[in-house]
Amino acid sequence: MNNLLSIVTFMPTIAAVILAVFLRGEDKAAQRNARWVALIATSLTFLVSLFILFGFDPSNPGLQMIEDREWLLGLRYKMGVDGISIFFVMLTTLMMPITIACSWKVTKRVKEYMIAFLLLETLMLGVFMALDMILFYVFFEAGLIPMFLIIGIWGGPNRIYAAFKFFLYTFLGSVMMLISMVAIYHHAHTTDIQALLAYDFSSDPIELFGWTIPGGFQTLLFLGFFISFAVKTPMWPVHTWLPDAHVQAPTAGSVDLAAILLKMGGYGFLRFSFPMFPVGADVLTPFVLWLSVIAIVYTSLVAFVQTDMKKLIAYSSVAHMGYVTMGIFAANQQGIDGAMFQMISHGFISAGLFLVVGVIYDRMHTREISAYGGLVNRMPAYALVFMFFTMANVGLPGTSGFIGEFLTLMGVFQVNTWIATFAATGVILSAAYALFLFRRVVMGDLIKESLKTIQDLETREKWIFAPLIALTLLFGVYPSFITDIVGPTVEVLVENHHAALVEAGRGAAAAVSTAASH
Amino acid sequence: MLQADLNVILPEIVLALYAMLALVVVAYTGKDKLSGPLTWVTVAVMVLVALMIWGRGDAVEAFGGSFRSDAFSTFTKVAILLSAAAVLAMGQEYMLRRQILRFEYPILVTLAVVGMMVMVSAGDLIVLYMGLELQSLALYVVASLRRDSAKSTEAGLKYFVLGALSSGLLLYGASLTYGFAGTTLFSGVIAAVGDGHAPLGLLIGLVLMISGLAFKVSAVPFHMWTPDVYEGAPTPITAFFATAPKIAAMAMLARLLHSGFGGVIGDWQQILALLSLLSMFLGSIAAIGQTNIKRLMAYSSITHMGFALMGLASGTLLGVQAMLIYMAIYVTMNIGVFAFILSMERDGQPVTDITSLNVFASTYPGRALALLLLLFSLAGVPPMIGFFGKLYVLTAAYEGGLVWLALSGVIASVIGAFYYLRIVYFMYFGKEEAAPLEAGRSPVLATALAVTAAIMVLGVVNLFGVDSAAAVAAAAIVN
Repeated sequence: MNNLLSIVTFMPTIAAVILAVFLRGEDKAAQRNARWVALIATSLTFLVSLFILFGFDPSNPGLQMIEDREWLLGLRYKMGVDGISIFFVMLTTLMMPITIACSWKVTKRVKEYMIAFLLLETLMLGVFMALDMILFYVFFEAGLIPMFLIIGIWGGPNRIYAAFKFFLYTFLGSVMMLISMVAIYHHAHTTDIQALLAYDFSSDPIELFGWTIPGGFQTLLFLGFFISFAVKTPMWPVHTWLPDAHVQAPTAGSVDLAAILLKMGGYGFLRFSFPMFPVGADVLTPFVLWLSVIAIVYTSLVAFVQTDMKKLIAYSSVAHMGYVTMGIFAANQQGIDGAMFQMISHGFISAGLFLVVGVIYDRMHTREISAYGGLVNRMPAYALVFMFFTMANVGLPGTSGFIGEFLTLMGVFQVNTWIATFAATGVILSAAYALFLFRRVVMGDLIKESLKTIQDLETREKWIFAPLIALTLLFGVYPSFITDIVGPTVEVLVENHHAALVEAGRGAAAAVSTAASH
Repeated sequence: MLQADLNVILPEIVLALYAMLALVVVAYTGKDKLSGPLTWVTVAVMVLVALMIWGRGDAVEAFGGSFRSDAFSTFTKVAILLSAAAVLAMGQEYMLRRQILRFEYPILVTLAVVGMMVMVSAGDLIVLYMGLELQSLALYVVASLRRDSAKSTEAGLKYFVLGALSSGLLLYGASLTYGFAGTTLFSGVIAAVGDGHAPLGLLIGLVLMISGLAFKVSAVPFHMWTPDVYEGAPTPITAFFATAPKIAAMAMLARLLHSGFGGVIGDWQQILALLSLLSMFLGSIAAIGQTNIKRLMAYSSITHMGFALMGLASGTLLGVQAMLIYMAIYVTMNIGVFAFILSMERDGQPVTDITSLNVFASTYPGRALALLLLLFSLAGVPPMIGFFGKLYVLTAAYEGGLVWLALSGVIASVIGAFYYLRIVYFMYFGKEEAAPLEAGRSPVLATALAVTAAIMVLGVVNLFGVDSAAAVAAAAIVN
């Protein structure tokens, strides 16, 4: 089966078309059918995607299962996976059935809701598999449409502001990437990512408006991509769309946003910015590292004063993404391994936390922290789940959150001890706000009248949490499941990066960090 | 020799003869009673002429080089004829029901189309002017077709006065060019202009001619008539204004610049780049405050002309190709959107206020979805084909060394995305308040909407081969 990747990518689309064409009516039966079709389609997609995981050869650091066809304009329809993308693909296919299951209680325009999520899945998978940069851009950008509609139609009271902000912010970011892609095409005459990885972009300093730009063309290209990925990741100070989008989006939307869409930024850094423009990346590394550490410390403090649970978790996501960018730009094996690990683990943990909030939001229809308290008395199972994800978010050893934070800190310590020191305070701050949230919502006496009849988790909800908890624990105690597959690809990535730097005459810096990573 | 010449302009002759014949027959028989069937016959004739032109890809000259038929004219003529036919078919029922479908309307549109076909084939300044005036005079009349409406009359008058001014500019430019080059043939002009920089007299002629044509494509700062005429004219006529004449004027500009002034690209590149920049930004920003969907589409078309000019400004083969692809896509999108606007009504009366689209998606999910796809395409969001149009012009601008223009273009497109999203917002996110809009049950409009929306999505596979056809067409005029 040499078009397995396309099959996996477009299975959800087929289900969406089936729903759109054959499902009529808005009655209970139609709604139930829509839910089941979506759940079955996403589950099947997950099962088929397991073939990708099992068919993947971890010892091969290159791209695998490549499909390559002609497309318009001399572009190519080219798909493939490597150690970096395969876990994002798996994360996406795994999270989608959970997303569908957690929206079982949606009653407004169910058919359209399910279609939007199914299309979103195709587009997200496409982003991680595309090996032609314009194809990548098409998937990357098209994902805005369903998400815009999901926030705008099924979101909270201030959904319109959030939807517009989300769309325009990310759109502005992406068009800068588009210009860089046009520039790349002009110089390299190809849009094939594999060919571009081998292409050597000019890094001679250039003059622009009287400024000398070190790294020249590479730095400019890097910046074009950086704007887009920084908005998507999101990095401080362009993160402000995220809290709004998260708060207003329906639970399922928040879950997809946190678990998958945010990872596109980190993935983009590893696929484009870092390997294609090594000199540009090297020139701007200090800048990116400081932005990351500001994100970690600043957004952790901001999270601490939030009164809305979802907003608190959204800020915590920004902080955790700070570790990811920090790890990537540490530019060594531990750092990038850690960043990959952090992204995958954050996929489970943040999704878990948003689902935790969704459970009580479904019951009480408020996300204000002050509206809760003492839930442990009536919801012991819920309290346990909440505590588990809180601890994972804090980075308790034994959960996957710990491995990611530890590896990225270790990676960055070899490059800049100051950055590592500041970033380490983020660990403490995250413990502070996460435990603070947990104490105020779950602990204490149940004194609020409105909470006296609240019900504990039902079976459906338990099944939603079970895989997330299992995987968080599994990767926490057996991290090499991920690092064995990610490792070889990252190793080649780091080697090429340093070789390119040495060649470009930035060898001194490179030599130090290579020596340190061994 | 004459026979060979006449053979080259056979499609124009057929269409012109048809227009005159129809005028005589209908004037002496049923007059307005026959205008319904007459419209359909006109549509059929236009499609037939388009098919006839389709096969004529060879480059031939007639009348000593003043008229040319080549791949470029084939491409644009087919686009002009098909879009005019589509717009006529779409407007037929709308105008019949409001009793404004006079029999002159299809005939005038046919004559305008003949004018456009002459424009895009012109190899001589006089032929160019003839075609342009034939087109414009027909358009002035149809703009004020609704004689009892003050707005429609105003639109016609405004269009006429400003159009006359622009024709004057163009004509003055042409006479200067003739004076300094000693010939009106493009092939003679290009020899007189030479390479590098044009002599001053020719330069002034060039600038005046570009100004005159910029008026026709409604590029800023020659755009002032556009919103008023779009709003005042009856909607089917607005739809016509937004499609075929834009292709014709843009194509004529491309031919004039490349066949007549191809040696001095540096001289006109900066003018077009500035027109493009201003159009993109003014169109995007001014549209934000509009609530009338026809005015909004007017500003939207100004923005899109800015993008098409960006392709042309690059001065390269790829630039012309990009412009042609952009125009083909632009016309398709506009046909779809206007099919939707024509179907917007409440109690049988046409509605053009975008707030009336409130919760439209819950009453008509299919139509709302189609418009959604068209709007995202207009905004240039992939995978809709509007994105590929933008990708082409951006690539062309970059290759032409206009990096700053490409950068400004994408920023303008983000600003522009806002007002398209605003329509989506009304349709999908609104709250139920006012009486919902009715969408007419016209099968023609529904088909046009569905087909164009499907093209927006399915075009991602191979753009229906338009890009390779445009490449051949562009190669015909760029040397």
